[in-house]
Amino acid sequence: MKAESDKNHQYYRTLTRMIVVLMISISIIPLISIGGITIYYYSRSLKNNTIVYLETIVNKHKIHIDTFLEEKLADIQTLVDSATVEQLLDGSFLRGRLETLQKRYGDFVDLGVVDNRGYQRAYAGPFKLEYARYSDADWFKKAMTREYFISDVFLGIRGLPHFIIAIKTKDNEGRIWIVRTTIDIEKFTSRVENIKIGKTGHAFILNRYGEFQTNPKFKDKEDTHFVYSILKETSPGVSGVSVVETEKEKRKRVIYAISFLKNREWMLVCKQDSADAFSSLYHVRKLVISICFVSFFSVLLISFLLAKKVVGRIERADLEKVKMREQVVEAGKLASIGELAAGIAHEVNNPVAIMVEEAGWMEDLLEEGELEKGDTLDEFRRALKQIRAQGTRCKQITHKLLSLARKTGSQLSDLELNELIKEVVGLSQRTARYRNVKIETELSPDTPPITASPSELQQVLLNLINNAIDAIGKDGGTVKINTRMDNKSVIIDVSDTGCGIPEAHIQRIFDPFFTTKPVGKGTGLGLSICYGIIDRMGGTISVNSAVGRGTTFHVQLPIRPEGK
Amino acid sequence: MTNIMLVDDEEPFVETMTKRLSKKGFRVIGAFSGDEALKTLASNRMIDVIILDVKMPGMDGIETLKEIKSKFPLVEVIMLTGHATVESAIEGMKLGAFDYLMKPSDMEQLLAKIEEAKDKKYKHEEKIREARIKELSYRFE
Repeated sequence: MKAESDKNHQYYRTLTRMIVVLMISISIIPLISIGGITIYYYSRSLKNNTIVYLETIVNKHKIHIDTFLEEKLADIQTLVDSATVEQLLDGSFLRGRLETLQKRYGDFVDLGVVDNRGYQRAYAGPFKLEYARYSDADWFKKAMTREYFISDVFLGIRGLPHFIIAIKTKDNEGRIWIVRTTIDIEKFTSRVENIKIGKTGHAFILNRYGEFQTNPKFKDKEDTHFVYSILKETSPGVSGVSVVETEKEKRKRVIYAISFLKNREWMLVCKQDSADAFSSLYHVRKLVISICFVSFFSVLLISFLLAKKVVGRIERADLEKVKMREQVVEAGKLASIGELAAGIAHEVNNPVAIMVEEAGWMEDLLEEGELEKGDTLDEFRRALKQIRAQGTRCKQITHKLLSLARKTGSQLSDLELNELIKEVVGLSQRTARYRNVKIETELSPDTPPITASPSELQQVLLNLINNAIDAIGKDGGTVKINTRMDNKSVIIDVSDTGCGIPEAHIQRIFDPFFTTKPVGKGTGLGLSICYGIIDRMGGTISVNSAVGRGTTFHVQLPIRPEGK
Repeated sequence: MTNIMLVDDEEPFVETMTKRLSKKGFRVIGAFSGDEALKTLASNRMIDVIILDVKMPGMDGIETLKEIKSKFPLVEVIMLTGHATVESAIEGMKLGAFDYLMKPSDMEQLLAKIEEAKDKKYKHEEKIREARIKELSYRFE
């Protein structure tokens, strides 16, 4: 019983677990997939947007800066084209031009005219740079080899960051002169430095050697290294802007948008931390994940409670079913006891009737007053003997009944199977005789005592024997009961020479309420009760049948019931 | 004198009843099974009333009754039944039995029933005889 309840416990726990797992997977899988899909597409579109945004900004500024440089170049070009070298060498003329340029554009700091040996021959501007020598300056060397030159930003002679635009020209005698101007670095760099994207996004310009041309707030020396390694690996997009996200440090990703300026001499770099650029993505991701977590735990909780409740219901229903089955068995027992009682009443009736008649006969004789006659005395003796004989018959019947009554209840006890079978056969013998049925027994003498409920086993045997007798019908036949040992169990075979069970019914004979008898004749409970009883004893009951030839039921009982 | 046949598988019962009924002035023939009863009936046409036990091995009371009623419809049958087979007694009455009695039965009751059954049979036979006479007289007219 204990083992069984443990097994049931295990079963209900498994059931609970299964329901929980099922419910969780049903509700969590779509949740997670929706969350995942949302995050994936959102991040993709956000990344695209961010990239496009950066690209646009970089592209816009690149155009701005390029245009700015071209304009300055064009301004100086105009100046050079519109005046001769002789005029430009005139200090007051040069100053006048500078003033005009400053008035109109404001970006020019000074103007100078340098000869082909690198000496500044004329100068207009805030510094004292007349006759400054530029022959060793990098910009001068480069300017001498091309039409014009725009230098990188450098500190120059005065130690101030600036860049120079130089244009080559010739005087009437074919000597080469260079007109140079210094462009206000402040004005130029503020354009780039003012680019702000989010919290960390900013822009700067690098030259070919990785030197900063602007003065960004966060000057990161490493950037130059990164930018070059990135440029090597990627090709620029359609607009000429390369956008790359790279892991700069551990767990810190940075987005770079890079574009070349000034004929690939400079590059404009826009840089933003991924965490900043995708902050809304991270926000959404955090939200989705927390929603998933909250849902998961609430689903977990609810499914646990629900499963507990459902399994509790199932457990109760199962318990009720067991109780119901017990009641059905009880009802079946009552029905078979009723049947038995009717049979026994009839059996008692016969000897009682004989006794009554004998007594009546003696009374008849007494009334005639022929007591003294020898014949009458003999008749009296015979009648009394008959009464005693019939009384003994009654006693036997009541003893059988008493032995049956003593064995009610389902408590287990050790019992001799063969004895029990003999008793049951004794009870059935009478019924059998009326139906022209012979009951034969062939009991193996070496069956060990088994532990079982005698009344239940009796019920099973009575049921099987009654069924066998019913199957035989009016023409008579034989019911045979064998016992034999098989491995560690005892087998009882109850076979009859009756009508047999059709194939279609074989599957259903142990079902409750299945009966082929007419309404009111059979409850359809007999075999299902037998099945229940034998099952509880840890045994099995099976059937072989051939229509027209007979049926054999095999009851297999363990010598020691399971769990003992 | 009324002729009675007693059919029961319990031999002591049949013997004692035979003695008692003989003492009351009936002519009694015993039979221990349905088959035997039918055979006796076929050879002895004098029998007026049959007392028939319902529950017998082999051919039971109801079948025997059917046979009797189809072959010898004028013979009256009183069914004798144990308590459990009242239904079969009722079935027997539907099949043409005169009455039924519970076993063990009271002798007075039994005698009364036998008397009634005999009267009924005689009346019945009387009517048949009258009918025959009428028929004969019609024929002679």
